[in-house]
Amino acid sequence: MHYSPVPMHIPDGFLSLMISIICWIATASVIGLAISKTNKSLGEKQIPLMGVMAAFIFAAQMINFPVAGGTSGHLLGGALAAIVLGPWAGMLVMTAVIAVQGLLFQDGGLVVMGANILNMGLVTAAVGYGLYRATSSQSKSVRLAVAGVAAWLSVMTGALLTSVELWLSGTSDLQIVIPAMLGVHALIGLGEALITVSALAFIMQTRPDLLGGESESAKGSQTWAYVGALIAIIVVLFSPLASSDPDGLERVAMNMGFINAGQSAPYSIIPDYTLPFLGETAISTILAGIIGVIVVGAAIMLIGRGMKAKA
Amino acid sequence: MHFDAFDRYHEKQSFIHHLDPRVKVVITVIFIISNALLPDGAWLAFGLGWVFLLFTNSLSGLGPGYTLKRSLVALPFALIAITVLFSIPGKPIFSFHLFMWNPVITDAGLLRFVSILIRSWLSVQMAILLVATTRFPDLIHALEHLRVPAILTTIIAFLYRYLFVLTDEVFRLIRARESRSAAAPGKKVGGGVLWRAKVAGNMAGQLFLRSYERSDRIYQAMVARGYTGHLYTLNAHEMKSRDYYVTAFVILLIFTLQVIGRL
Repeated sequence: MHYSPVPMHIPDGFLSLMISIICWIATASVIGLAISKTNKSLGEKQIPLMGVMAAFIFAAQMINFPVAGGTSGHLLGGALAAIVLGPWAGMLVMTAVIAVQGLLFQDGGLVVMGANILNMGLVTAAVGYGLYRATSSQSKSVRLAVAGVAAWLSVMTGALLTSVELWLSGTSDLQIVIPAMLGVHALIGLGEALITVSALAFIMQTRPDLLGGESESAKGSQTWAYVGALIAIIVVLFSPLASSDPDGLERVAMNMGFINAGQSAPYSIIPDYTLPFLGETAISTILAGIIGVIVVGAAIMLIGRGMKAKA
Repeated sequence: MHFDAFDRYHEKQSFIHHLDPRVKVVITVIFIISNALLPDGAWLAFGLGWVFLLFTNSLSGLGPGYTLKRSLVALPFALIAITVLFSIPGKPIFSFHLFMWNPVITDAGLLRFVSILIRSWLSVQMAILLVATTRFPDLIHALEHLRVPAILTTIIAFLYRYLFVLTDEVFRLIRARESRSAAAPGKKVGGGVLWRAKVAGNMAGQLFLRSYERSDRIYQAMVARGYTGHLYTLNAHEMKSRDYYVTAFVILLIFTLQVIGRL
């Protein structure tokens, strides 16, 4: 009810298993880091705070404003969450939001959730916070302007990453998906930037203590400024390059063995009972057999446990 | 608003409803992974996967076609895969003129496109079934059993617990905006897009402050009642023998499906 899906949430089936797993590994490592950092800096108070803040981002996405022709703009929230809560807490909050969108509303898949969290939660928070952090000593209007740019770039980075994942999975054509995704999100990002800036301005005006009074450890180190700036530069340089010379990019990916990994992995883990990377040798037939034995073994073990457990 | 206004759970007494939430999460994930692993054009395996889905749906007592109705949520995303129709080399089967382009749909492209849609369609229906037969708090609890870090599951639990409260808050804010947006007949009102975006931003800022202050009060209330950083539950989930049997059965079934898909 009253829930409007946001674009960029990839459903299951659109990414290859290989890419999904790679994204999960990246996401899980960053989340692990974020958990240990927030544990140190915020203590037991963090849980109610971050939980309610996650609900805030979720609810804030419902605030929309009419743009034109029946369309409306609204917030995604990655940059805003990272700026007001600090980068690590912001990432955990966004992770919870995207997890609930996928679990409860099927807005975004389950196996591809790692990719969705990476694109819309972790990267947006890193870019948004990093750029904003670089201006922490500047005047209010400079900080607000940079926050706007940061919010816009965070959306663009997420869209770019989504496009690349779709392309590596063999779901979309790079030449079309990058200009299409970036074109649409250039507009969505504008809405994001406007809302983020005026929300921040509102908080600066009414409760400046919430933005300035945090300890340095909660805000994260200066490294964030570099990380954010670096990602932003990559996006700015990469997008025109990718759309003007997709063949070049395709060659790079091909040389790195990525394209084949992405496109053929879904259908060749055990083709004809052999493992693809070992070739048609006796060893690979044996390995395929072992996988079968493991599966059957797992089933038998579960049945055994079932016999022991109470009915 | 009621506290479970967002839940997609449907109260029923069925075999699927009574399964341990862990089992349902694991089965759903295995099913989705299996869809991702099936080769393009494995029609028999896709069909059998669908039969499995229909069978599970009928066991859940939600009525035939329950998952079908809600399964179209992922459909708009199909747009993003449309390029594979033209980009994969193969035998041309259909071509048309579009302004200055002359796109050609190939058989290999069509095969890939339809396969992507089927994978997505089957996967989303299983996820719909999962939340329709499992209460959301139980789902979170299951994730905790499955080794998702407690801090994340607790944040999600809080999100779920306070979502309806903050949504009510949003509705109040929107109602306040609307009640101050009266228009005299024939006069243009509402300002430009920039001004509207600014108002939306102010509302988001206001919502943030209200949420922040609420979280403070919540924390104080929790400390007052002995909160030490851990949450406790009365609902200790216990795997019964039936749960193990069902998991084993489904693992074997999906493995068979994978073998069939590769024949």
